[in-house]
Amino acid sequence: MGKQTIIPFGPQHPVLPEPIHLDLVVEDETVIEAVPQIGFIHRGLERLVQTKDYNQFVYVAERICGICAFGHSMGYAETVENLMGVEVPTRAQYLRVIWHEMSRVHSHTLWLGLAADAFGFESLFMHAWRLREKILDVFERTTGGRVIFSVVKVGGVTRDLDDQQIDYMKSVFADFRAEYTKLIRAFLDDSSVKNRTVGVGTISRADAVNLGMVGPFLRASGEPYDVRMLGSNGYGELEHFEPITDDQGDCYARIRVRCEEVLQALDIIDEMLAKLPAGDIAVKVKGAPKAGSEACNLVEQPRGECYYYAKGNGTKYLDRMRMRTPTSQNLAGMAATLKGCDVADVNMIVLTIDPCISCTER
Amino acid sequence: MGFFKLGSMTMGSLFKEPSTLRYPFETKEPPAGLKGRIVNDKDSCILCGACMRACTTGAIAVDRKGRTWSINPYRCVQCGYCITVCPKKCLSMNPHYSEAAREKKIRIVNVPEHPKPARAKADAAKGVDAGAKAGEEAAAAKAGQKATAVKDAEGAETNGAAGKDAAEN
Ligand code: SF4
Ligand code: SF4
Repeated sequence: MGKQTIIPFGPQHPVLPEPIHLDLVVEDETVIEAVPQIGFIHRGLERLVQTKDYNQFVYVAERICGICAFGHSMGYAETVENLMGVEVPTRAQYLRVIWHEMSRVHSHTLWLGLAADAFGFESLFMHAWRLREKILDVFERTTGGRVIFSVVKVGGVTRDLDDQQIDYMKSVFADFRAEYTKLIRAFLDDSSVKNRTVGVGTISRADAVNLGMVGPFLRASGEPYDVRMLGSNGYGELEHFEPITDDQGDCYARIRVRCEEVLQALDIIDEMLAKLPAGDIAVKVKGAPKAGSEACNLVEQPRGECYYYAKGNGTKYLDRMRMRTPTSQNLAGMAATLKGCDVADVNMIVLTIDPCISCTER
Repeated sequence: MGFFKLGSMTMGSLFKEPSTLRYPFETKEPPAGLKGRIVNDKDSCILCGACMRACTTGAIAVDRKGRTWSINPYRCVQCGYCITVCPKKCLSMNPHYSEAAREKKIRIVNVPEHPKPARAKADAAKGVDAGAKAGEEAAAAKAGQKATAVKDAEGAETNGAAGKDAAEN
């Protein structure tokens, strides 16, 4: 029995794209307990809803996080639409789904690159990010932005896709899929990756559910829960949707779930592009949310379920806007998973929950 | 289980075009529809101030007395909301990657006084294109516009006392 020591991990650490601090209580080489601490990048964005009107806040909402920018603007706009009883045109819903799934593809490929970097596979990291660049180019051509798009507004979207753009998207996604399928062979079949991830940071399905985990972290433990399967908004138009799960609950399972979710997202994009209906892309929204009206909404962000709540007060300024982000749900699970692991595995485990601290702290 | 699963992709990369550009020797062509800096067509602007009230970041300032419309490019987040609220549709985005700037400057546009609506209609009937700078000068002279309009007709957005700034965002 060795002596217990506390090793600080983060907020600045090579594997962490965003600042989170962990106090790792270690004994010899084993982590006995991990105490997460956040609060390094709090910006008070929720409070801004009282000084920006509900149309302006879309642009604040999408700046909550750089990776799920589209998801947040969509989640917020849908919440306000629920609040005001606005019916969004079907074409706009399809476009939202397409861009949201593209965000998932770019978020997951970014994450795969970071994971490769964390286990020291530099060329895999480069290839993952090279592929991600193709998706960013599609974003740039269709929305005008690479990371922050500003295409969502309350009542619909601000840009449409023409036939030329749709053909361009289809050809890029076909290329992307071909290369991506080769790329994930390295993640899923390469022994050097497996040595580093199989059996590391395992969490059982029961624990995952009890700790309220969400997203790929939860699905990798075998719980088939994904907000998209509820079929709300544009997702209701999908022929078929089944969450991707794995029953191992280890780092490898989390990598596998994300790898396959990219392919699933590409399928969704193809399906939506193929049956994109004609019509308007936005409706005019007039007036203000009624005093005392409340609405909520769920969106499956790349990192998991994100919950939105809004309350109106009869003016153009909302009374309250609240988000519960996937990473804040997953922090408890992360601390539980870290218990009993090797110090050398901490970075892999932290990374496989894909923490997004900007969202969490807003 | 297997080894060297990334081999074919990495080997293939040896014979492909590089994925990156040798910036600054090569630059990327901005795609159409790219978000860029906000441009005000000063000949249509009526200085109503809707864009100023809509701007989420408070980047735009409209001075009706001084007849100027100005934008602080360091506050503008290129969300494009001002474009959607403008009643005259005179704001647009110039697809453009921002160059680095040496100084923080506010871009000021001097908005000329507009001829009476009836007159403007007559001009339009004559086929005067607001964007065609050569024709514009003649039109301005014809319409008897104030000297400011003629001065601005080169399309230069004067940049405070410092004059034109090519490196502005
Ligand atoms: S909204 Fe349009 S017309 Fe009004 S001040 Fe702004 S740019 Fe000019
Ligand atoms: S693009 Fe957005 S931030 Fe920039 S001036 Fe217009 S409203 Fe303001």
